[in-house]
Amino acid sequence: MNTTDMTTEGDDAIVISRTFNAPPRIVFEAWTNADFVKKWWAPKALGAQMVSCEADVREGGGYRYVIQSGDQPPFAFSGNYIEVSAPSRLVYTQAFEPMADAGYATVTVTFEAVGANQTRMVSHERYPTAEVREMVLSTGMEKGMRITMDQLDELVSELQAAGE
Amino acid sequence: MIETFTALSEPNRLRIVELLRDGPQAVGVIADTLGLNQPQVSKHLNTLKKAHLVEVEAKAQQRLYRLDMQGLQLIDQWLDRYRRIWTDRLDQLDDVIADMTRKQEE
Repeated sequence: MNTTDMTTEGDDAIVISRTFNAPPRIVFEAWTNADFVKKWWAPKALGAQMVSCEADVREGGGYRYVIQSGDQPPFAFSGNYIEVSAPSRLVYTQAFEPMADAGYATVTVTFEAVGANQTRMVSHERYPTAEVREMVLSTGMEKGMRITMDQLDELVSELQAAGE
Repeated sequence: MIETFTALSEPNRLRIVELLRDGPQAVGVIADTLGLNQPQVSKHLNTLKKAHLVEVEAKAQQRLYRLDMQGLQLIDQWLDRYRRIWTDRLDQLDDVIADMTRKQEE
């Protein structure tokens, strides 16, 4: 199994990357087509499931993913496609609807062929401000928490190293 | 848990925590370094203390503030959980892709 890397960039972006054992056209299809998205987007091991999943994958089209965790009310992520260049590049907005006032992220995902049969996926999420990134990030699963991810990430690892 | 994040969501409190990475400090030094007044800093330190992010160390006549591992470990656990969301999600995507590849080969 390939590993997932998650880092922060600057004070307003998050970068997630991963290599998949398939060419870009397959990974792009799995990433965008709602029939496939509903199979992977909700983190099942954390008790979440997909309630509904719609995606009109074309420039100007929209998508809406609704997930639910346990018996808590469902919540949705939604946005519009800004650029759809299959199978190598995708740009879309993403709002977390319960906190829509905070604005939306602009997500740029690139799918780069590695050798004959692999794809390097890099998802770059840029938020309107550092503060919004904090809010959106920290709402991952629990509401109302805010944190400056990269600063704390760095801090915690330093402290852990110091404590060992 | 929420108390921990709320405590850190205030920029000056985060700056205090960052400053204490370099070692324990007295209120006066923290105030001078960050350009804040002492009553403000004391109030922030009190909030951080309640959230188990700092603790007091009495040294001779001085009260020094240092980082408290208890709150920081909570944050670490939480960050780990956030990472797991994406790891879990992309592991599932891996399965979907494997499935698609298999079907195409048939």
